[in-house]
Amino acid sequence: MPANQIAPTEEKQYTYLNLGPTHPATHGIFQNVLKMDGEIIVDSSDQMVGYIHRAFEKIAEHRPYQQIVTLTDRLNYCSSPINNMGWHMTVEKLINCQLPKRAEYMRVIIMELARISDHIVCDAVIGVDSGALTGFTYLFQWREKIYDIFEEICGARLTTNIGRIGGMEREFSETCWKRIRAFLKDFPKALKEFEKLLVRNRIFMDRTVGVGPISGERALEYGFTGPNLRAAGVDYDVRVAQPYSSYQDFEFDIPIGKTGDTYDRFMVRLEEMWQSLRIIEQAVNKMPDGEFHAHVPDFYLPNKEDVYSKMEALIYHFKIVMGEQDVPKGEVYHAVEGANGELGFYLISDGGRTPYRMHIRRPCFIYYQAYPEMIRGSLISDAILTLSSMNVIAGELDA
Amino acid sequence: MITTEIKESIQSKLGNFVIAVEQHYDFPVYIVKKAHLHEALKTLKEDPELNFHFLTTMCGIHSPENEGAEFGLMYQLHNMPNNWRIRVRAFMSKNDLDVPTVSDIWPSANWQERQEYDFYGFNFTGHPDLRRILNMEEMNYFPMRREYPLEDAWRDDKEDKYFGR
Repeated sequence: MPANQIAPTEEKQYTYLNLGPTHPATHGIFQNVLKMDGEIIVDSSDQMVGYIHRAFEKIAEHRPYQQIVTLTDRLNYCSSPINNMGWHMTVEKLINCQLPKRAEYMRVIIMELARISDHIVCDAVIGVDSGALTGFTYLFQWREKIYDIFEEICGARLTTNIGRIGGMEREFSETCWKRIRAFLKDFPKALKEFEKLLVRNRIFMDRTVGVGPISGERALEYGFTGPNLRAAGVDYDVRVAQPYSSYQDFEFDIPIGKTGDTYDRFMVRLEEMWQSLRIIEQAVNKMPDGEFHAHVPDFYLPNKEDVYSKMEALIYHFKIVMGEQDVPKGEVYHAVEGANGELGFYLISDGGRTPYRMHIRRPCFIYYQAYPEMIRGSLISDAILTLSSMNVIAGELDA
Repeated sequence: MITTEIKESIQSKLGNFVIAVEQHYDFPVYIVKKAHLHEALKTLKEDPELNFHFLTTMCGIHSPENEGAEFGLMYQLHNMPNNWRIRVRAFMSKNDLDVPTVSDIWPSANWQERQEYDFYGFNFTGHPDLRRILNMEEMNYFPMRREYPLEDAWRDDKEDKYFGR
């Protein structure tokens, strides 16, 4: 070859782009190394998770059953009441405790409010990642109202630790009912505004339709559950398949999508917010009278007046606070429909004061594996939108 | 709901893979031998009548008090159209932690097996990418095993005896 001719290289060269771990578009801390051929993503060669791993499964082996609720708060922290209720229901299944209807309806209201709160985050953030910040700003004001309701019930906004094993810790106050009713009256208008902004918006649809699709069969193989699976066309909802906490008393629809792309995931979550509002309204209207907790003196703290005057109550109080209650032996699995899918708790008890083994089935962890397949062949902006539409929450990813 | 006929059908299709059948709350639990684990799970998935197409979750367990069966694995399967859920468990001794991977049957098992390797040290043979997922790569012990304490050894303010086990 003459000296002034450059030899062509035969092999293709790829660029490796590091998306994360701290990146404003990845909501949470997880890293993706994208292998790119020019602008097109060829593969996501390395997904690193575990930046926020806090060893919940190990800690749970050393904590009494009441103290594990605080760990479950921190799983999917955008909708922590659902995680709390999931754990309470698992322990109640273990000890064979039946709750009064009133307590179950109160739990349903709280769980659906938490679901709305999580879907607000996901949908508004899909808007933000495609450039539409107005929806986010306006809708998050309503998330503050939900936090006000949670604060009235349990005192905390984010890591709520709501409920106790056997029911709720206290009756909803008058302020709480007023706030719930005001939310039910005023939120639909705000949600309609948000819908008008994005649902038939030409730019938004161009950015999200056909982006990051996954078929129903592939989603099932990857263990998808929740809104991501329903967007792919499979109508599996734990509230309907294995009803818990009186969900069978309520009438609600399950929205499903067709292609499993970002637009479908956005729309499924939006429709689920409307269905959650429907459920809350039914629960508020049909609220039965009764106790707000079951009669499980081994697990539920007795009244303070009784503790100071009656001997049995004093002993129960002491045993519960010191964590020395008698728990039956057994292994139980209970799943709730978390905001991201089937959140399951597998609990093995050997009769001691702490679980022998607790395993949490975290939906985010399982479906995040499909991300490389969903973004293969797309651009970076599509990859960002796919990631935010999958609603990957770092707390649930790592636990 | 899973009926007795279905349970008998599972029993007959799995045949001599099954060592024991238990019922825990609302789950039938099938204890299989580790050597037959892969084939049993494959049968459960691919049989057209049983059709346990969904792997809900899997986890490991370490019980040092069971001599010869210290480590165990649990798989939970789900047949969504019929709404049947079962659990499959296999136990193995601490000297023999090679388990065939099921990520060729269910892709969702990929990361779940990496998590169980990270926590307990199971060696999933045939796994495409078996490395630690939630902990650091440099960690050279398996933290969920019972012999490793929850807190660092040099902290004297968090004694186990003040907090329970």
